Amino acid sequence: MTNALLTNARLIDPEAGTETLGWLRIEAGRIAETGTGARHGGRDCRGLCLAPGIVDIGVKVGEPGERHKESFRTAALAAAAGGVTTMVTRPDTATPIDSPETLEFVLRRGRDAAPVHIRPMAALTKAREGREMTEIGFLMDAGAVAFSDGDRVCRDTKVLSRCMAYARGLGALVMAHVQEPVLSAGAATTSGKFAALKGLPSVSPIAERMGLERDLALVAMTGVRYHADQVTTAEALPALARAKAEGLDVTAGISIHHLTLNEFDVGDYRTFFKLKPPLRSEDDRVACVEALASGLIDIICSMHTPQDEEEKRRPFEEAASGAVGLETLLPASLRLYHSGDMTLPGLFRALSRNPARRFGLPGGTLSEGAPADFVLFDPDAPYVLDRATLRSKSKNTPFDQARMQGRVEATFVAGAPVYERGVECPA
Amino acid sequence: MGLRARHLLGIETLAPDEILTLLDLADTYADKARRRAPAGDALAGLTQINMFFEASTRTQASFELAGKRLGAQVMNMAMSASSLKKGETLIDTALTLNAMRPDLLVVRHPHSGAVNLLADKVDSAVLNAGDGRHEHPTQALLDALTIRRKKGRLHRLTIAICGDIAHSRVARSNILLLGKMENRVRLIGPPTLMPSGAKDWGVEVYQDMTEGLADADVVMMLRLQKERMDGAFIPSEREYFHRYGLDAQKLSAAKPDAIVMHPGPMNRGVEIDGVIADDINRSVIQEQVEMGVAVRMAAMDLLARGLREARAAKGVMA
Repeated sequence: MTNALLTNARLIDPEAGTETLGWLRIEAGRIAETGTGARHGGRDCRGLCLAPGIVDIGVKVGEPGERHKESFRTAALAAAAGGVTTMVTRPDTATPIDSPETLEFVLRRGRDAAPVHIRPMAALTKAREGREMTEIGFLMDAGAVAFSDGDRVCRDTKVLSRCMAYARGLGALVMAHVQEPVLSAGAATTSGKFAALKGLPSVSPIAERMGLERDLALVAMTGVRYHADQVTTAEALPALARAKAEGLDVTAGISIHHLTLNEFDVGDYRTFFKLKPPLRSEDDRVACVEALASGLIDIICSMHTPQDEEEKRRPFEEAASGAVGLETLLPASLRLYHSGDMTLPGLFRALSRNPARRFGLPGGTLSEGAPADFVLFDPDAPYVLDRATLRSKSKNTPFDQARMQGRVEATFVAGAPVYERGVECPA
Repeated sequence: MGLRARHLLGIETLAPDEILTLLDLADTYADKARRRAPAGDALAGLTQINMFFEASTRTQASFELAGKRLGAQVMNMAMSASSLKKGETLIDTALTLNAMRPDLLVVRHPHSGAVNLLADKVDSAVLNAGDGRHEHPTQALLDALTIRRKKGRLHRLTIAICGDIAHSRVARSNILLLGKMENRVRLIGPPTLMPSGAKDWGVEVYQDMTEGLADADVVMMLRLQKERMDGAFIPSEREYFHRYGLDAQKLSAAKPDAIVMHPGPMNRGVEIDGVIADDINRSVIQEQVEMGVAVRMAAMDLLARGLREARAAKGVMA
């Protein structure tokens, strides 16, 4: 366990909502003491920002089944390079994580490989088929932090309501993809001027509202703890606000891509911009940024979805969905800071504090006694992103050749550096 | 004077002067064909491969004839029957063909954007013969040529496009082209066959056929595909014909000299009354087919000029 002293750092505290120049002392891998002002000794952070490490919800790792796309090792290295100290992994792998046995495999692989924390989610229904519930109790005992069928929507509301009721009895968190499955079948884009011009099959943003409202009705019925993985349209936000006002135990996330890109970024059929749900209109993006700033949307995640070149080098309709995001999550999020939409403590509420709280994980705070998981970053450093430099095995980022502002300098887990810019694998 | 781009992937990237250049050249080819005069040998020594990933008789025959009239060596590949069945990706198929050094690739594909994807990977000039619901540029060009020959101009006309706009690449290319040439474009169809973004295209959208056809110079009918007729998008063929099928009564709302067009193949009694389709005073459907060959000759001629210039600049023999 590590003891260390970090001085001359701009401490970003998402709980207090403050940024202050100060220092932080680490004892046995935990925060022992923090203070403001100058202090000598230790590691001089040169006035850069020190924030609680990012807790990224919904990271897809290719194990088991698709290790050529991403292994636990490469995902964890990418996470460390991106300032992500906890990855909450998705169960929608080639072999779904739907039994305690596969969950144990994942945990073991993660532990062996990873310099960052790995906390798995498990499937809500067996094989994610929406027919029979998984062993939610055993899976929780084995370490599942939430239950989700990934981007597959359970069509059978009777099954879903029973899963929710059973999960409610155990206090389990259910995470769902909000989309009306029939209305959105076959869609590759959001309906509107762009989709119509490019002749691509599209879905109305109403499908997201319908999916969310259906789930919220079942949440009201069962009382389950519920997290909507990505709320990305202006249409869906009033339903979310209403549910929160009614006191339902509901939170919502959004991917950084939906906060920083819009449907027109697809341009000339660029498949790296094919996401699930599809990129939305600029009006939707702006509404979601506002909802994030107001706290209506709780969590920003990367929705890290590695896809190999083959799966993306296809006609847009046939190409696989998803983008890698572990390493671009923070730099892209900083666009919202530079645009004046979010403060740094506000960003880290959504990146660290809220996801840690919602998923029952330590971290996400700079308070004493908390784990010494941090990201040290320069919010202003400019550069052009080159996807070849990503540590992820898959390089399917929509930010290739994009101008970014903000760079991770170092990442700490339990007080020890797991990433230092310019240094190969300190872990 | 040729085309600025190496490929002809859509109307979207064509400038009005390029469209006119192409139509002027096509006009001369059409006249030569009528006089049974030789068309020349603009494509002599060049290889043209027709790759149709979607079944086609008319368009493929039109491209084949156009190439042969200009002296190209033409090869047809029925792609649905070949490598795709064996799991080869589109890009690999393209690279394989590219290695055989064709000069002109004519491609039709069921997915929007697929022809653009393929064009990025090959050295030859690619002609889009229709990609998904995206574009079908030579169809729009042949429609434009037909209109210009019949109406004496290609601007300030009121043109009504009727039927299944949502699934039609012909409609998209025509809307783009006719808009670029400063015409008034109207779209007529039931809401289920109208794309949700249509109102942002700088066109007028109508649901009522008679209102939409009022004072139109040109009536363009679109084919209603069989798979859309079974209650999914419209209740039945007969109700569709009643509300949107072009018959003499609906046509009477248009200008007395309005011409009737259809990209073919027609469903008589579904989107168009057979009597109208055969009315030699109104229907220009046969002329559209004739202009199709001329426009494709012109398009391939211009692309071949670009290809030869580019190769000469690089010091490679064409």
